[in-house]
Amino acid sequence: MRDLRFLRPVDERITLKYGAGGRAMRALIEQIFADGLGEVDDGGVGLAAMDDGAVLRIGDRWLVITTDSHVVQPRFFPGGDIGRLAVAGTVNDLAMMGATEPLALTCATIVEEGFAREELERIWASIRQACLEAGTTVVTGDTKVMGRGELDGLVINTTGVAITDRFVRDNGLRPGDRLLVTGTVGDHGLAVMATRNELALEVELASDVAPINGLVRAALAAGGDGIVAMKDPTRGGLASALAEMAGKSRVGLVIDERAVPVKDAVRAAGELLGIDPLLVANEGKAVMGVRAAVADAVLEALRRHPLGRDAALIGVCIDERPGAVVLETGFGRRLLGEAEGELQPRIC
Amino acid sequence: MNDLDALRFRDPVRARALADALAHHVRRARRAADRPVAVMHVCGSHEQAIARFGLRATFPEGLEVIMGPGCPVCVTDVPEVDEAVALARQGVRIATYGDMLRVPGTAQSLADARAAGARVDVVYSISQAVELARSLDEELVFFASGFETTAVATAAVVLAGPPANFSILSAHKYIPPVMEIVAEMPGTRIEGFLAAGHAATITGWGVFEPFVARHGVPVVVAGFEPLDVLAGLVRLVELIADGVARVDNAYPRCVDQHGNRAAQAVLWKVFAPIGGRWRGIAHVPNGNLRLLDTYARWDARRRFTIDLAALWDHAPPALVQHCQCGDIMAGIASPHDCTLFGKACTPDAPVGACMVSTEGTCRIWHQYGGQPDLRSIRRGARS
Amino acid sequence: MSVDDGVAIVDFWGVKKVVRLDVVDVPVAPGDYVLNHVGFAIRRIPAEEIGDTLALYDELLRSADGDLLGGDVRGELEGTAAHPPQARPEDLP
Repeated sequence: MRDLRFLRPVDERITLKYGAGGRAMRALIEQIFADGLGEVDDGGVGLAAMDDGAVLRIGDRWLVITTDSHVVQPRFFPGGDIGRLAVAGTVNDLAMMGATEPLALTCATIVEEGFAREELERIWASIRQACLEAGTTVVTGDTKVMGRGELDGLVINTTGVAITDRFVRDNGLRPGDRLLVTGTVGDHGLAVMATRNELALEVELASDVAPINGLVRAALAAGGDGIVAMKDPTRGGLASALAEMAGKSRVGLVIDERAVPVKDAVRAAGELLGIDPLLVANEGKAVMGVRAAVADAVLEALRRHPLGRDAALIGVCIDERPGAVVLETGFGRRLLGEAEGELQPRIC
Repeated sequence: MNDLDALRFRDPVRARALADALAHHVRRARRAADRPVAVMHVCGSHEQAIARFGLRATFPEGLEVIMGPGCPVCVTDVPEVDEAVALARQGVRIATYGDMLRVPGTAQSLADARAAGARVDVVYSISQAVELARSLDEELVFFASGFETTAVATAAVVLAGPPANFSILSAHKYIPPVMEIVAEMPGTRIEGFLAAGHAATITGWGVFEPFVARHGVPVVVAGFEPLDVLAGLVRLVELIADGVARVDNAYPRCVDQHGNRAAQAVLWKVFAPIGGRWRGIAHVPNGNLRLLDTYARWDARRRFTIDLAALWDHAPPALVQHCQCGDIMAGIASPHDCTLFGKACTPDAPVGACMVSTEGTCRIWHQYGGQPDLRSIRRGARS
Repeated sequence: MSVDDGVAIVDFWGVKKVVRLDVVDVPVAPGDYVLNHVGFAIRRIPAEEIGDTLALYDELLRSADGDLLGGDVRGELEGTAAHPPQARPEDLP
C-alpha cells in the first residue's frame, strides 16, 4: 500500500536531507532504488513497501531479512558505540517485522587506511556483547580498506535474517487501536548531539541503543494477533514513525504528548537546542499499534521487562484525518509533522 | 506541576483559564460579527510557542493572530544570502546559525553551496565561530543573522577583539522600524501588536511608546512560554476592548521600561542602523544593522571583494515569482492563499524564506498544521 | 552554578552549559536565574519575579471575572490539581 502523500522529484544532487529518514528519503527510494524492481510474490513484503525489512515465503513460514549501514560521529558516545548500534539496528528491524529470533547476522566493514587496531577491537567487543544480548551471532562478513580521506573512519553494514510463523507490518492499524511506546524517547539522538563540541553542552544523557527483540517477544507473547503494527522510531524519531504508520494504515492518530515518556535531561537539552525529542532517533525503542482489547496486557508485559519499564500508552487511532498525527499538548492540539531534512539548532 | 513546568510557565490549568479570559475579551472587543479582532505578533518565537503547544486550537473564534515580519531568517534578503553564498564559492570558510543554511538565494542556498563543495560550519553561538577561527590558519566569515537580541551577542564578540582571520557578514535587523512599516500598510486590519520579549529585554518596553503615540494602537510585550503568550494576548485584547492605546508589559520577569542598558551600549558601540530591504516586506529605514567604521577590519564586506555577478547569471526560478512570503509576513495573506504552499514549496524544498526557517509562518503551518482546524476532532487521546 | 571570568556555567534543568556574561547588566552570582540567548546571558531574573509573573496572570483572570465560562476552571485552579485534567471533548471551543 503506497503512501499517497505528495513526493517531489529527487533533486539533481543528493544532499544530506535524503539520508534523514523523512519524505525526501522515501522519494529517493521510490524514484530510484525501488523503481522497476517489481513486487514480492506470495503475500510477502518487498522494497516498495518501505517497511523495516523484507518478508519472503518459505513453505508455510516466513523469512525476514533486513540490512542497515552504520556511520555515526562520534563512533563512541555515551551509552554505546557504532558496534552496538550496528547489531541493535538490524536485530530491532527484524523484531519490528515480528521476527524476534534472529538466525544470524552478516557484517561487512569498510575501514579507512590508518584506523587504529585498538579501536576496532573495542568496537568488535561491543558487537559480540550486543550479539550475546540479542541471542545471535555474526556468521559471515566482508572487509575493505580504503585510502585515507576516501571515507570517514569506518562504515559497518549488517544484514540479519530470521524465520517467523507470523509477521507484523507497519500498516495494520484501524480506528480504535491503541498506540504504545516501549520507553522514553529522544535519548539516542540528543545524547549523540550533545557530544558535539560546538554545542558546548555538558549533560548526563545516554543513548538507549540496545537490541530489543526480547522485549518485543514478550509483548507478542502477551498480545498475539492483537499486535497489528510495529515500527522502531530510529531516524526521524517517534514523529516520523507515527506519521508513516498513520499514512500507510490510512487512519488518524491522536497522541497525548504528556503521556509520551521523555527524560527530564532529554527534554531540557531539546529545549536548549530547539530540537524536539519527538523528532530525534531512538535505537532501543518500538512503537506498537495494538487492538484495544489487548492494550493493557501488552503494556503490562512490556513494563515487566527490564527494557520496557517506562512503556506507556500514548494514543489512539481514529477514523478522522487519515494519515495525520494529532498531538494533544495539554494546551491545545497541533499536527505532529515528521522530521524534514537535517535537524538544525534554532537561533532563538 | 513539577519545578520544570513551574519555571517554564506551562501549567495547563492556568492556560485554560487564560484561554477563557481571552474568549471573554474577544467578545467584548469585537465590533462587528463579520470582522475578527486582528492582532499581530512580531516574533518567530511567539509563533513557535503558538504552534508547538497547539494554542491556535484554543484561540476563540473571532480572534485572528497574524505572524508579522518577526522571523530574522525569513526577512534576510536574497542579496544578503547571495553574498554569503558567493563568499563560500570563492573558497572562504563560512560559519553561521543552523537556520540560515537553507535560506534560498538567487541561485543557491548555503546548503546547496556546501553540497557542491563549499565549507560551511553550523554553530549554536557566535562564540563557537570565534573559537573555530582561532583554531584555523585561514579566513572564517561568520554570517550573522538575527534581531537586536542576537546582534548584541555579535557586538560583544567584536568588542572582545576576535582574531584577525575572523570577520562578520552582518544580516542583523532592528525590529522597531519595521513595526512602523506594517502599521502604515494600506488595508491593514491590525488593532494591536504583541512585541517580542527577548528583543524588549534589551531595548526595554519604553521603546514602543513613540510608536503607540503615533499609531494609536496598543502594544503588549510578551514572553515565549504558552502562558506568557496567552497572558500577553489577554492583556492586548483587553486593551483593544477598552479602547486604550498604551504599552503594557506582560513579561515583567525579563522586561522593564529601560531594558538592559549595558547591552544597548554594547550594541550601539558596534552597530549603526542603516536602511535596507527586508525580504518580501519593503525597504525599511533604519531596519538593518551595519558594523561601524571603527570595526571595519572585522567587516567581511570591507575585507573581501564579493562577486555577486556570477550568481546573477542564473535567472531566478520561475516559482519564486509566485511566492507570497511578503504578503504573509505583512499579515495580508495566509499560507493557504499561496498556490505553492505544501505543493511546490515544502520544508525539504523551500521556495520562500517563510518555509525555510523553523520560525517561518509557512514552515510552522506545514509542520504543525496551523490552519487545518483541529478543534472539530471528536475523540481525545485518552478517551 | 558558577561564575568565572565573564563566563557562567548554567544548569538548565540538568543540562550544564557555558553562557557568556558580556552583556548582562547586573552582577550575576551562583544561584541566579538568567535568560540565555545564543549562548549569552541577556538578563538576570530575580527569583521573586517568577512569582510576580504568575500573580499577574491571576490578576488577568480576575479582570475577566464577568465571564461564566471561567468559573469551573478557576475552581480547579484553587483546588490542588495533582494530575493535569484530561482533555474532554466538551472543553474544546
